[in-house]
Amino acid sequence: MYEEIIEKGYSRRDFLRFCGMMGAFLGLEYSGVGQIVKAMETKTRIPVIWLHFQECTCCSESFIRSSHPIVADILLDKVSLDYTETLMAAAGYQAEENLHNTMEKYKGEYLLMVEGSIPVKNKAYCCIGGRTAYDILKEAVEGAKGIIAWGNCAVSGCVQGASPNPTGATPVHKLVRGKPIINVQGCPPIAEVMAGVVVYLLTFDRFPELDGLGRPKAFFSRRVHDTCYRRPNFDAGLFVETFDDENARKGYCLYKMGCRGPVTYNSCGVIRWNNGTSFPIQSGHPCIGCSEANFWDNGPFYKHLASFPGFGIETTADDIGLAVGAVTVAGIAAHAIATNIRKRKMIREGIIHPEEDND
Amino acid sequence: MDKIKRIYVWEIPVRFYHWLNMFCIIVLVITGYFIGSPPAIQHGAEAYFNYWFGINRFIHFLFAYIFFFNFLLRIYWAFAGNEFSRWNNFLPLKKSQWKEVIEVLKVDILQLRTWSFESRGHNALASATYFIMFLAFLLQCLTGFGMYAAMSTSWFPRLFAWFIPLVGGDMAARHIHHILMWVFILFAIVHVYLVYYHDYVERTGEASSMISGWKFVNNKD
Repeated sequence: MYEEIIEKGYSRRDFLRFCGMMGAFLGLEYSGVGQIVKAMETKTRIPVIWLHFQECTCCSESFIRSSHPIVADILLDKVSLDYTETLMAAAGYQAEENLHNTMEKYKGEYLLMVEGSIPVKNKAYCCIGGRTAYDILKEAVEGAKGIIAWGNCAVSGCVQGASPNPTGATPVHKLVRGKPIINVQGCPPIAEVMAGVVVYLLTFDRFPELDGLGRPKAFFSRRVHDTCYRRPNFDAGLFVETFDDENARKGYCLYKMGCRGPVTYNSCGVIRWNNGTSFPIQSGHPCIGCSEANFWDNGPFYKHLASFPGFGIETTADDIGLAVGAVTVAGIAAHAIATNIRKRKMIREGIIHPEEDND
Repeated sequence: MDKIKRIYVWEIPVRFYHWLNMFCIIVLVITGYFIGSPPAIQHGAEAYFNYWFGINRFIHFLFAYIFFFNFLLRIYWAFAGNEFSRWNNFLPLKKSQWKEVIEVLKVDILQLRTWSFESRGHNALASATYFIMFLAFLLQCLTGFGMYAAMSTSWFPRLFAWFIPLVGGDMAARHIHHILMWVFILFAIVHVYLVYYHDYVERTGEASSMISGWKFVNNKD
């Protein structure tokens, strides 16, 4: 693998810089970088099948536009990408043949990467080569060593899975049992995160440490909020009230503009996007929580509280709480009036009611 | 023989729990509401001059701990306390309890009769309501500490971290947490009113019993 990288015209320094960068992203200790270097120099290619279902290919796009050119090369050269609808040269029968050859030849060894959700309500919503996504997934899972679910579609259904979910879009982990799955969240995931996961698998031959939702802890253990450079404004109670106010110009916290940073686990604040250029909050827009389940339904994006289900859009728990509170107070007032009428009656009839003694 | 008898209903741990719980809920609701919807207190200075929102959150977390351990105390006392504070009061499992619930509804809410139903401890309807509130307390602790786990290095909130994936992430947990805040507020309104109401019509010392521990009932002996 190393030779190929050198052949491509990268220097040893480039190569080591890349390994060091990956080690840092993965939060490895210093010796870990050495292990990455060694693995990249000696390990053989991993056969990979990359399936595309109901998705927009933004995960692939994100990956190949990663900040370090070697990252894209890993995908395109270093892992043996035997089947991927978007990038492979083969088409039609040839492509299908590739898929089957890989599945047979590397049974139990290949890595299955899935981008996109799978329709289950009517499986015909997503068919490739005359077969449904569900069938293809089921077949490919059989011989897979492990599965990486790329992006929000494959992990929690994303926009296809949003209410009313006409296709019955279902994430991979709900359809697959008994195989290890890494959920790499985001719409799309950050390129360096995707590369980091692949490098980890290459280096250590095992899955990275995952959290309760199956996401790699190295990238998804902290909230965007906790790594946000605007955080001091949050703690100081300095908030943007509208997008064009003085506070927005000063770069205050976007919490009241509906920022999902406090409920979103991702490393946007650390790794950032497009070669570390920026991330949404830095550009003045609140986080929409694209690496969390149901983020389309937790709307509106520019409101800090989700709408209350069943009461139409833009009705928050606060509105309903206040309304119920008002009804309660009105009820109490009516009750109090009735009680007073009753008490007067009690006093008139004598305080001890005969039946009360039988109590 | 006296017509009216004094009975010791609420022991000290119950009263202690009640008032501390009230204080916690007031503080938690106010600080929590601010967290959910921060008022625009703008001072125009640089962020490092101020930390009021951080302090607000700190108070919320601090009282969350007090609330939780106070809640544990009450659960303990449900097994160690007297007959009025025991756990079996709160679970409407017996037929007689359901009958009493209907009785209470008839008298207190529908006001079908003029005399009051007499219950020495909690009446069955109140007990069942408190049981639901205890579940709400639990859910509030699970969602609250679960969300807190992400920003804490302590081992304690981590004990609750497993709960967040079950409800579908932090956003859902926060929503539940926020709705339950309103449940607490509505409960408090009705609860305080009903205490006044019972004291007003029953003549058993309902309101003061949570201070003194004594209630006054008709002597049947």
